[in-house]
Amino acid sequence: MPTTIILNGKSTSVDAEPDTPLLWALRDVLDMTGTKYGCGIGACGACTVHLDGEPVRSCQTPLSAVAGKKVTTIEGLSPDGTHPVQQAWVQAQVPQCGYCQSGQIMSAVALLARTPKPTDQDIDAAMSGNICRCGTYNRIRWAIKVAAGGDHA
Amino acid sequence: MTTTIDRRSFVKATVVAGAGLTLAFNLPGCAPTKEEGPGADLNAFLQVKPDGSVVVTAKHLEMGEGTHTGLATLLAEELDADWSRISVVGAPGNAAKYGNNALGGIQLTGGSNAMANSFDQMRKAGATARAMLVSAAAAEWKVDAAGITVSKGIISHPASRKSGHLGKFAAAAATLAPPAEPTLKARKDWSLIGQDRLPRVDAFVKSTGRAEYTQDVNLPGMLTAVVAHPPRWGAKVKSFTVTQAKGVPGVVDVVQVPNGVAVIANTFWAAKKGRDALDVKWDMTNAEGRGSEQLWTEYHTLISKPGQDAGKRGHADRALAGAGRVLQGTYSVPFLAHSAMEPMNCVAQVNPGRCELWYGAQGHTFDQMAVGKALGLKSEQVTINTLYAGGSFGRRANPLSDYVVEAALIAKQANGRPVKLVWTREDDTDAGYYRPMYLHTVKAGIDGSGHIAGWHHKVVGQSVLGMTPFVPAGKPDPSSTEGISDLPYEVPDLAVELYTTSNGVPIQWWRSVGNTHTAFVVESFMDELAAAARRDPIAFRLDHLKPDSRYAAVLRLVAEKSGWDAAPPVGHARGIAVHGSFDSVVAEVAEVSLRADKTVQVHKVWAAVDCGTAINPDIIRSQIEGGIMFGLSAALHGKITITEGHPDQHSFDTYQVLRMSEAPAVDVHILPSEHPPTGVGEPGVPPIAPAVANAVFKLTGARIRDLPFTTV
Repeated sequence: MPTTIILNGKSTSVDAEPDTPLLWALRDVLDMTGTKYGCGIGACGACTVHLDGEPVRSCQTPLSAVAGKKVTTIEGLSPDGTHPVQQAWVQAQVPQCGYCQSGQIMSAVALLARTPKPTDQDIDAAMSGNICRCGTYNRIRWAIKVAAGGDHA
Repeated sequence: MTTTIDRRSFVKATVVAGAGLTLAFNLPGCAPTKEEGPGADLNAFLQVKPDGSVVVTAKHLEMGEGTHTGLATLLAEELDADWSRISVVGAPGNAAKYGNNALGGIQLTGGSNAMANSFDQMRKAGATARAMLVSAAAAEWKVDAAGITVSKGIISHPASRKSGHLGKFAAAAATLAPPAEPTLKARKDWSLIGQDRLPRVDAFVKSTGRAEYTQDVNLPGMLTAVVAHPPRWGAKVKSFTVTQAKGVPGVVDVVQVPNGVAVIANTFWAAKKGRDALDVKWDMTNAEGRGSEQLWTEYHTLISKPGQDAGKRGHADRALAGAGRVLQGTYSVPFLAHSAMEPMNCVAQVNPGRCELWYGAQGHTFDQMAVGKALGLKSEQVTINTLYAGGSFGRRANPLSDYVVEAALIAKQANGRPVKLVWTREDDTDAGYYRPMYLHTVKAGIDGSGHIAGWHHKVVGQSVLGMTPFVPAGKPDPSSTEGISDLPYEVPDLAVELYTTSNGVPIQWWRSVGNTHTAFVVESFMDELAAAARRDPIAFRLDHLKPDSRYAAVLRLVAEKSGWDAAPPVGHARGIAVHGSFDSVVAEVAEVSLRADKTVQVHKVWAAVDCGTAINPDIIRSQIEGGIMFGLSAALHGKITITEGHPDQHSFDTYQVLRMSEAPAVDVHILPSEHPPTGVGEPGVPPIAPAVANAVFKLTGARIRDLPFTTV
C-alpha cells in the first residue's frame, strides 16, 4: 500500500509496508542514500531529516506517521550543494569519514532556522544527539557559527 | 612553514578567500569530471582526462584520515596539477601495484603510515608523468623540452607562446617510456605540500550526502542480507527453522553461514524482520562462557607469576632495591568497541570463477586471500571496488576478514545476484574484535637526586598481533608493550614482563593499538613519580630526556603554547602527557575541572606534534583533534563488559561515546620539521587519557588507575 509524502518539495509515492522506518523507505525504496543508518534506535542522529521543518530521527519514524507530511533530506537542502550550511561545512573542512555529516547538517540547519544566532549552549543542546566518532565536533561548532553569519567563536 | 595559524583565523581566512559561493565551486572533487573519453593512464596512480582533469588512484583507504587528499597532494605537487581539477578514487585490490611499502608489500591501510610509505612513491608518480607530458608537448610543438614550464595544469612554452592543458598531451604522453629516475622538486619549490589551506578532496561530497559508502551501493538485482549471529562467541548453529522468516514479505531466502544464519531479502527492513522471526538453536560446546569479572580474576592471579621477557635494560630489580623510595601502581583498562559510524558491511557478487566486492576495503590482500580460500578461488579472482569507509579505527582491517568472508559466503548462495550484507549497530558491537582489556603493574624507584632508579613493568592481556603474520608464534607481541619496552625516558634499569592471555573474546587493533593502554600507564606513573620527586611534571620528564630529543621538543612547545607556567583559572587544573607512536611524538596538556556531580569536564587541550614533514597541516590538525576526541571518549566513557560470553553493551544507548557538549576546545601546534613524514591518524590518541587523569589528580589528590573515569 503506497504512502504519499511531500519529499523535498515533491509529492512522492512510497511503496513499502507502513511500519517501515522512513530511513529505510528513503534508502531502499527511493534510493535516496544521503540519509544514513547509524544505530536504528535514535541514539546517534545519523538519520536526521526534517519532518514539517522539525528535525526527527528517520529510523524512529514509521512511514505511516509521515503520510501527507513534508520531509526534507540532505538532498533537498539545495540542488547543487550550496546551502549556506553546506558551504560553511566545506569552508571549515568539517568532514573526516563524513558518514555522520548529513545528520549533523540537518540538525544544524534546523537549529539555525529556529535560532539564527546560536550560543555555544544552543549548539550543545541542538547537536548533542548527533554522534561523530571522528571527533569533528569543534569544526561543526565553527561551521555553524560561520553559517550564522560570522565567526563569533 | 608556519603551522601556528589557529582554527579561528583559518575559518575567517577561508570565508574571506571564498567570498561565498565561488569557493565551493573551486574545490577539488566538486566539479564532476567530464567524461570526454577514457582518459590516459600515465601510471598506476594517475589518469589524465581529455579535458585536463586528473584522476588520482589512492592505494590507501579514505576512512576519514585524509589519505585521499594527502596522496593527491604529493602527486599533484610534482605534476604541477591544478588542485581544483583533481579527483581521487580508491584503488582496486592489487598488491603488486598498490602494496604498502612499509608493510612488506601487502595492500593494507594501517599503522598510520600512508604518507610515510607513499612520500617518495607518489611524488615520483607525479614527476614521471610530468616529464612524459612535457616530452609529448615538446614533440608536438617541435621545441626543446627544457623551455617548457608547467603550472596549475597548464603546459606552456613561453618562447613560442604555446600552451595547453595536461589533457591535450595525455594520450601521446601515455605512449612514451617513463623516465627511470625523475627529478623531484626541492622543498623550497613546493606549492601544495605544506600549504595550510589546501582543501580536502572529499569535503564537498561529504557535506552534500553524495559520497558513496558501502551502505549506499545499489546494483541491479541486489539483495540485502541480515545475519543472526551466535549469542556467545564461538557458538555454532545447531539447527534453525525458516518457515516464519520466509513468510515475511520481501524475504527471498534463508541460508546458513559459518557464524550464523542469514536472511536474504529485497530490502534491509524485510531482512531484519525476517531475522527477528528466525528460530535458531545454538551449539554452545566450544563457546566462551566467561565474563569480564572472571577474566579479571584470572589476570590478577597471573600477574604475580613470572612473565615473558618483553624488554630489559640494566638491572631493574637491583636498582629498585637500592632506590631511596619505591612507588607502585596497578592499572586496568577495559575492552573497547571501535563503533565506527557506519557499521560493518560489504556488497558481494559471486559467479563461477570470480567474486566481486564493493566496500570500504582496508586490508585488501588479507581479504582477497580469505575470500578466495572460503570460495575456492585464487586471490586474483577476487575483485575489490574500494569505496569510502564511514570510519574504521582499525576495525575494517580485520586479519580474519570476518564480515567480508561472511558477505561472500552469503552471495555464493544467491544465484549470482549481488548481496549487500548489512550489520546492525548491535551486530557490529556484539561481534567483538575489541581493543583487549589489560592489567598492568608498575614499580619504579626515585633516587636521592630525584631521578628514576629502576622500572619494573608487567602487562597482562591478549595479543593483538598474535593472529597476524606480523609476530612469530611464541614470541612476545611487541604491540602489547609498545611505549614500555622502548621507554623513551633515560631509565638505565628497566624490566618488562608480558603475560599473553588467551580466551574466546575476539580482539583486534584499535586506533593506536598498544599505545592506547601503555601511554596511559607510563604517563600516569611518570606524573606520580614527578610528584614524589617534588618536580614539575614537565620538568621531571625533561630531566629524563636528552635536550635534543623529539619528546623534549614537543614538551617545550606544548608548555609554551598552553601557558603551562601560568596558573589556570580557579577551580581548573592542567595535566601533561607525551607519547611517541607510529614514528611521531605528541604532547598534550589538558585543562579540566569537576562538575558538581564529580564528573570530569575537559575544557581545553593543547597539543604539540612532531610528525616530520607536514604534508597537509590542516589535516594533521584535524587528525590530532579527532584523536583527542576518540581517546577522551574512551577515557571518560568507553567500556565493554562481558557476561557469559556476550557483551553487556550493544549500541550507543549503553556504549556511551563523546558528544558535542563534552568536546573540549583543541589547539594543535605542529613542530616545523624537514624529516620524512610520519604518522598522524593514530598518535593523537594515546596522550589524552593520562593528560586528563594527571589534571584530575591535581584537583582531587587521587590517582586514577582504571579507565574509564566518568566520575572521580
